Amino acid sequence: MTSPTSTTVSGTPSGDGRAAHTPAAAAPGTPGHTGSRASRVLGILALGSIVLLVLYGLVWSPADAEMADSVRLMYIHVPAASFMYTGCFITAVASAMWLRRRTPGWDALAGASAEVALVFAAITLGTGSLWGRPTWGTYWTWDARLTSTALLTTLLVGYLALRRLDVDPTARSTRAAVLGLLLVPNVIIVNRSVEWWRSLHQRSTLVKLDPTIEGQMLVALMVGFLAIGLVFTWLLVHRFRVAWLEYQSERLDLDLALAERRAEAGRTTGAGEAPA
Amino acid sequence: MTHAGYIAAGWGGAAALIGAYAAWVLRRGRALSRQVPPEERRWS
Amino acid sequence: MWRDAALVAGRDLRVELRSRVTTNQVAPFSLLVLILFAFALDPDRQLLERLASGLYWTAVLFAALLAISRSAAIDETDGVRDALRLSGLDPAGVFVGKAAAVAVVLLALELLLGVGVVVLYGVELAGAGLVVVAGLAATVAVAATGTLYGALVSGLRVRETLLPLLLLPVLAPVLIGATRAFEAALAGVPADGWPWCGLLAGLAVLYAVAGALAYGTLLEGS
Repeated sequence: MTSPTSTTVSGTPSGDGRAAHTPAAAAPGTPGHTGSRASRVLGILALGSIVLLVLYGLVWSPADAEMADSVRLMYIHVPAASFMYTGCFITAVASAMWLRRRTPGWDALAGASAEVALVFAAITLGTGSLWGRPTWGTYWTWDARLTSTALLTTLLVGYLALRRLDVDPTARSTRAAVLGLLLVPNVIIVNRSVEWWRSLHQRSTLVKLDPTIEGQMLVALMVGFLAIGLVFTWLLVHRFRVAWLEYQSERLDLDLALAERRAEAGRTTGAGEAPA
Repeated sequence: MTHAGYIAAGWGGAAALIGAYAAWVLRRGRALSRQVPPEERRWS
Repeated sequence: MWRDAALVAGRDLRVELRSRVTTNQVAPFSLLVLILFAFALDPDRQLLERLASGLYWTAVLFAALLAISRSAAIDETDGVRDALRLSGLDPAGVFVGKAAAVAVVLLALELLLGVGVVVLYGVELAGAGLVVVAGLAATVAVAATGTLYGALVSGLRVRETLLPLLLLPVLAPVLIGATRAFEAALAGVPADGWPWCGLLAGLAVLYAVAGALAYGTLLEGS
């Protein structure tokens, strides 16, 4: 069986090794990336707020009375945790919308949001663990927040694993959507039960920080939320666009394969009996 | 600053992770953009 | 729906009974897990006895993974899935039936493991009321959740490895609740355990409803 694709379609092979589709004609202004004016503005704002965070978090805010400077890790840890949850929530909503509307954009959003949430989950665990060492002497305390974050991380890893399956795309998206929808109740249940469980033995360690923070430290925390939030959004926008392109690319591959098939069938019926 | 090592590790690690992920996403975006004709996109 | 459920439950149980995989393989495996725990921890009986509730429910969860995997496998053979779709059976009924069958199998395994824990770890039974109620609630929760997640990975080549990854984190709260309830019962302070029983019952209801609602979509969309 000949494969005419390699001769008719020009262009360098893509990184995946598949034959590339005809590359975008050199129309002026066609971007070869996932950026846009909006995302560039977003990116600049994000960078600016990061600078602010570094200033407030590391320089201008004082050390905590009890925790000394390790409190500075909280300015990343707490917002990262929040946006991890936000990402899970977005995935759940996008999954629900996909089940309702079946448009690929929702599926792309669900997957993108989960992946970005995983990045922030890793940051949450890392900063929480590094905070724990000077404060409590160990890298891991079975604190409610850390423990439920760890479980949530496995939930996300499982969800992303399901998304990578090599099956019919609609089936994959359906299963992923059901799983994604279940993320929110799972997160809530895991959180509540772990908190309840750990409260039996341990006064909350990290939660203690939240209500008592004030003054310059509160400002730093707020800036942390701003910076992490902007970074999260910027990452989500780009990751969504990548997911969208992946979907389009897969679809084009499919169309190409179908066209190939039809062309072949056309040729063979012209020559006589179609091969078995 | 007390605990400077931990703070450096935490902030640095977070920055490294986000930076690496951002780089990966952007690079993948460029590679895919080359394959998909501009009409299929929804941004410019 | 209930008639459909009974039909499916009957079929699943008959398949299990005839194949005897549960009796010949899953049951010995779960006892093996108990024995392995004794190897891993010092068979100083006091340690095993103190940890018995947790070890018991961990063994139950491992056995449940196998039971659920088998339950999902029943529908993977050629054309069974399509037959289910076209048969006009209410998907919610199919779900309830499968979950019920899994629950029955689990209860049998739990009884066996219970005997194992009493004999091997020297546990003294107490607080029977709490033990029974918590056990039932946990079993239903595991069966319902497991059947739903089993459908999520049904038919996939990676089912064996993906199911534990997806299911165990979701069952962590069940593990917490069941262990705490059993601990309270065995320690003679059942008052501590009943709230956890409430959690288990809540989870059972939640996943029973979720599964019944989602099963149709999963049957169609795969």
